[in-house]
Amino acid sequence: MVQLTINGIKVNAEEGMTILDAAKSVGISIPTLCHLKNLDPTGACRICVVEIEGFRGLTPSCAYPVTEGMVVTTDSPRVRKARKTIVELLIENHPQDCLICVRNKNCELQDLSEQYGIREHRYVGETKCHAIDISSASMERDPAKCILCGRCVRVCHEVQKIGAIDFTKRGFTSIVTTPYNKGLNVSDCILCGQCIIVCPTAALREKSSIKEVANALYDRKKYCIAQVAPAVRASLGEEYNMPLGTDVTGLLVTGLRRLGFKKVFDTNFAADLTIMEEATELINRIQNGGSLPMFTSCCPGWIKYVEMNRPEVLDHISTCKSPHEMEGAVLKSYYARKMGIDPADIYVVSIMPCTVKKYESNRAELSAEAMPDVDAVLTTRELVRFFKIAGIDFNDLPESEFDNPLGESTGAAAIFGTSGGVMEAALRTAYFKITGTELEHLEFEEIRGMAGVKEATVKIGDLDVSIAVVNGIGNVGPVLDEVQNGTSKHHFIEVMACLGGCINGGGQPIHQKPEKVVKRVKALYKIDENAKTRRSHENESVLTLYKEFFGEPNSHKAHEILHTEYFDKKKILKN
Amino acid sequence: MHSKIFESYQSNDRSSLIPLLQDVQNIYGYLPENALRDISDFVKVPLSRVYGVATFYNQFRLTPLGKNIIRVCRGTACHVKNSANILFALETELGITAGQTTRDKNFTLEVVNCIGACSIAPVILVNDDYHGRITVKDIPKILKKYQTVNKTETAEATK
Repeated sequence: MVQLTINGIKVNAEEGMTILDAAKSVGISIPTLCHLKNLDPTGACRICVVEIEGFRGLTPSCAYPVTEGMVVTTDSPRVRKARKTIVELLIENHPQDCLICVRNKNCELQDLSEQYGIREHRYVGETKCHAIDISSASMERDPAKCILCGRCVRVCHEVQKIGAIDFTKRGFTSIVTTPYNKGLNVSDCILCGQCIIVCPTAALREKSSIKEVANALYDRKKYCIAQVAPAVRASLGEEYNMPLGTDVTGLLVTGLRRLGFKKVFDTNFAADLTIMEEATELINRIQNGGSLPMFTSCCPGWIKYVEMNRPEVLDHISTCKSPHEMEGAVLKSYYARKMGIDPADIYVVSIMPCTVKKYESNRAELSAEAMPDVDAVLTTRELVRFFKIAGIDFNDLPESEFDNPLGESTGAAAIFGTSGGVMEAALRTAYFKITGTELEHLEFEEIRGMAGVKEATVKIGDLDVSIAVVNGIGNVGPVLDEVQNGTSKHHFIEVMACLGGCINGGGQPIHQKPEKVVKRVKALYKIDENAKTRRSHENESVLTLYKEFFGEPNSHKAHEILHTEYFDKKKILKN
Repeated sequence: MHSKIFESYQSNDRSSLIPLLQDVQNIYGYLPENALRDISDFVKVPLSRVYGVATFYNQFRLTPLGKNIIRVCRGTACHVKNSANILFALETELGITAGQTTRDKNFTLEVVNCIGACSIAPVILVNDDYHGRITVKDIPKILKKYQTVNKTETAEATK
């Protein structure tokens, strides 16, 4: 333990702790910009400077460790002046378009400007001018709004280990961009959107689909259907000041109906359907000697990663479409026929916690007769904006239930939104399919939690099934190496590109607190615990769907409508 | 062509990034995109970072050099002697901006912080020849000299 004084308060801090964390522990907040929790400090932005007795200059508190007897002042005229000047200089080289900016009122630069009472432009000079990169289907990159804090670069390199963007050039011409300043669509980017979550300004943002969805809703010919991903209901409440991890399913359904959707279905239904298909596929692969281990295919970021970097393992990936694509495909085939609607008139909108899903919905193979399975994807953030535009006061909405038959779901589907959830749900059903009996203990604690790679062995009948859960695409490298070398002992591996799973996806409400994710995860497990049915094969609507339409899991028809194929894109992109 | 340079380096070692870039530039005179990709694969550093390093340092070029390299000194002494005008005149005459190469690949125009020949400011360096105390009027003459040299060279080559 080290004792120091901060603003006259005696503080006991652990050795190696930074001044920033020590100050926070006694309720003194210091502004930060480049700082990211759980990553090494860079000290780049200098907004966190403090005064230390005996030191000549000001010291960045995010990067400086506490020492015995240190006397720190976090708020003095000198510190204030330095911070204010830093913010002023940043603002002067930043577009002055807050009123029409997508991050208006949700921008860290704007907050700092307000905090330091900046009321005039003191430094007027040359400002940088860059084109907006709108090349990708999911994201926009606007380097003019970039303040070069480097958070996106570090998340991309150190957490996701993709490295699609980096600082290039130098001095005033510095810009965070892709190699050769090309579009994100031809870069290594998997569009996970983790950079959007950490961006303090609007330099990185999702490509909005609000306009096209609004147009479809006002088109009388269109039969608009919404579907909601499991992770959205556990995070949307944050935007309306509800406690972390509030389940807002009921409000969400009402809200979507008021937006004008004729039907509101649950992607969880398709999650149960995915499990039926995926568990069957796994059993077939184990019993008939298919490519093992089998990887899950719910995460389009992960699929994009493999197609671009490791096409050698493509045949290890389950051919199942991701749940929202399955839901779309079932809506435009089974449901359309059942209700007597022309599938061409159906407009499916997915509410997703994810930016890659936008790219996924544009994939040509995820369509039937030139009709995409899903027509548009809105992220959680876009939905909040849409509610605002439509004048829907979310907090005061009455609760209502999903439409049927594609709205029924089990607890197994709810946990799809978190890392380890797909695996857990699949095991519950695979156990039943192989042994014919039900699992007694449904919770698999070994594969829950925020660890990078979670491994376990599950005894199903006579078979020891070895499983692994990869939490975050940054942790997938060694696991993939094993599979490529043929040394992998696993049968089934789940991969989610974002840390914590979809619940921390790139389309979720912006936050800088990793502990928030854990609370969102808890909400999903609670939905599972309280569910009437907790195994996908107990979903009556799914069973009816098989009886009336598909026959059985992995049938010919199911393969046509619910499965897809992957392509080697390494050659196209890297040459 | 550049695959041989990897023989003297350890793969997976990010500290050999800059020496590798230098070696590649020694072969081609600049850094071609496919060489950057090969280096990125070899040292296991993302292409974006390799590109970032290559654009950070002045010593690296990402476009091929012209036959003649014109370096305009923009040091303090030359600045006082109006080297800004010299640079502007060269840019106008060649139709390119500093850092670029003419379309016929004859001239590359570069700006240098100080050549170290302040006594004859303002000074430009064409290949290895110093041209000191020049005025804007001298520029067409100087350029013509190198253009004709090239013409005779190509004439000789065709003989």
